[in-house]
Amino acid sequence: MLRLVALGYLAALLIVPVGLVVYRAFEDGIGAFIESITTPEALHALWLTIVIALIAVPMNTVFGIFCALAIVRRKFPGHGLVNSVVDLPLALSPVVVGLALVLVYGRQGWWGGWLIDNGFQVIFALPGMVLATIFVSLPFVVREVVPVLREIGDEQEEASATLGASPWQTFWRVTLPAIRWGVLYGVVLTTARALGEFGAVSVVSGRIAGRTETMTLHVEERYQAFEIQDAYAASVVLAVLAVATLLVMTLLRREET
Amino acid sequence: MSSVAQPVARPLRRRRDGALSLGVTTGYLSVIVLIPMAALLLRSLEGGAGAFWDAVTDPQAVAALKLTFVISLGVVLINAVAGTVIAWVLVRDSFRGKSLVNALIDLPFALPTIVAGLTLLALYGPKSPVGVNVAYTTAAIVLALLFVTLPFVVRTVQPVLLELDRDMEEAAQSLGATSFQTFRRIVFPNLFPAILSGTALGFARSLGEFGSVVLISGNQPFKTEVASVYIFGQIESDNITGAAAVSVVLLLASLAVLLSIGGLRRWATRHDN
Repeated sequence: MLRLVALGYLAALLIVPVGLVVYRAFEDGIGAFIESITTPEALHALWLTIVIALIAVPMNTVFGIFCALAIVRRKFPGHGLVNSVVDLPLALSPVVVGLALVLVYGRQGWWGGWLIDNGFQVIFALPGMVLATIFVSLPFVVREVVPVLREIGDEQEEASATLGASPWQTFWRVTLPAIRWGVLYGVVLTTARALGEFGAVSVVSGRIAGRTETMTLHVEERYQAFEIQDAYAASVVLAVLAVATLLVMTLLRREET
Repeated sequence: MSSVAQPVARPLRRRRDGALSLGVTTGYLSVIVLIPMAALLLRSLEGGAGAFWDAVTDPQAVAALKLTFVISLGVVLINAVAGTVIAWVLVRDSFRGKSLVNALIDLPFALPTIVAGLTLLALYGPKSPVGVNVAYTTAAIVLALLFVTLPFVVRTVQPVLLELDRDMEEAAQSLGATSFQTFRRIVFPNLFPAILSGTALGFARSLGEFGSVVLISGNQPFKTEVASVYIFGQIESDNITGAAAVSVVLLLASLAVLLSIGGLRRWATRHDN
């Protein structure tokens, strides 16, 4: 009985709607689907999405490892604050994130005017979209690595330091191998979030088709232009990426145990 | 969160590598998070407290905030029940395809929110093949929020349920408790902190949700316009003060939820020991 309730709920909310979009995307045949996702705008949107992820994910990965080390291994004033600030992007509306970035980097913002005068446009351009994506996908590596660092303790690191290894050697030879699964999970989650971000990027990008339109923005633009078929097709591309993320996570978990 | 034995805290010694990780952390967090948040806060107060208050108490803003809070509360209550039931079925029941269902629970985390909205609109919108059209109503907002917050309660309750010692339940049952009594007196108190923390996370997420709602809700002021859509509209029509003020309300709400989750975690781990 409970099983029926649970599965029925999941079917109505999740499985049938997603299945229907996939069906609709291919309703007019595979040719129509391919045509929809190979328009110059769609290809540019896909390309831009990948470029943004390629910048944001490595930056958040490096930061995430440093930040997790600082949270777990160091005691410093403001420790609790750092811990809460890291979680903020999980709880904050993406639209608020976008607005905050506009207030710093927009033409009327703190530094935006000066940056634009010096030929560097952040808002309505790639740098702003990258910043927004970094903001919203910031917590994942930290949150995956922190528990692993706690669990492994620091005996091995101390042993390595006692035996004369430099902090750098200790990090590469002892710490990093021990936390690699946590880092990998974090990277996968960060990538998924980066590819799928919509609200924050929507505010800072200006949504210029073929210029500052990512894949998610393209979905919305196509929908608003009553080109539902194109919106479904682009959605399927994003859904495939999402399912691939889940698959990688499942495989990683299996590999780990 | 993890139930693995925590190493006994030992005195931390000063190490030189600490300066680097600390510097990178504070520098990065400042540039990416803190400075923009400070800009937001200052901008909302630029016209003085009076202007801030006027912006927040604008009837359309009040309606949007009220709608957001009420719906989010309703959604997390549904989630608390549905999430616990799903977690229960995934842990205690066995059926074919269970691992597939288990993997699908995370789909709302991985699926872009705009796709989630479009997806629900396809099944429950004007062209619904099953004849259910809730598009542009509050029911549509509830549906979208249920979709994006589905994993929170399931994923916090599931590990607790896995670790739960079944001896207690068996003891209760052999002493003559009905299965409902066993659940209420034995299982539920153990799950409660996890349900609460999953619910709180879902609540925070609901308050700020934008992508999944924007297509399906119709965004009618005073009727189906949630706070984040209101902010977006104010940015578009260049009312930055109004947008910033309502943003600060959402920011404070998020912070309050995060802090109470932190408190909840400390409380839960104290009960573990």
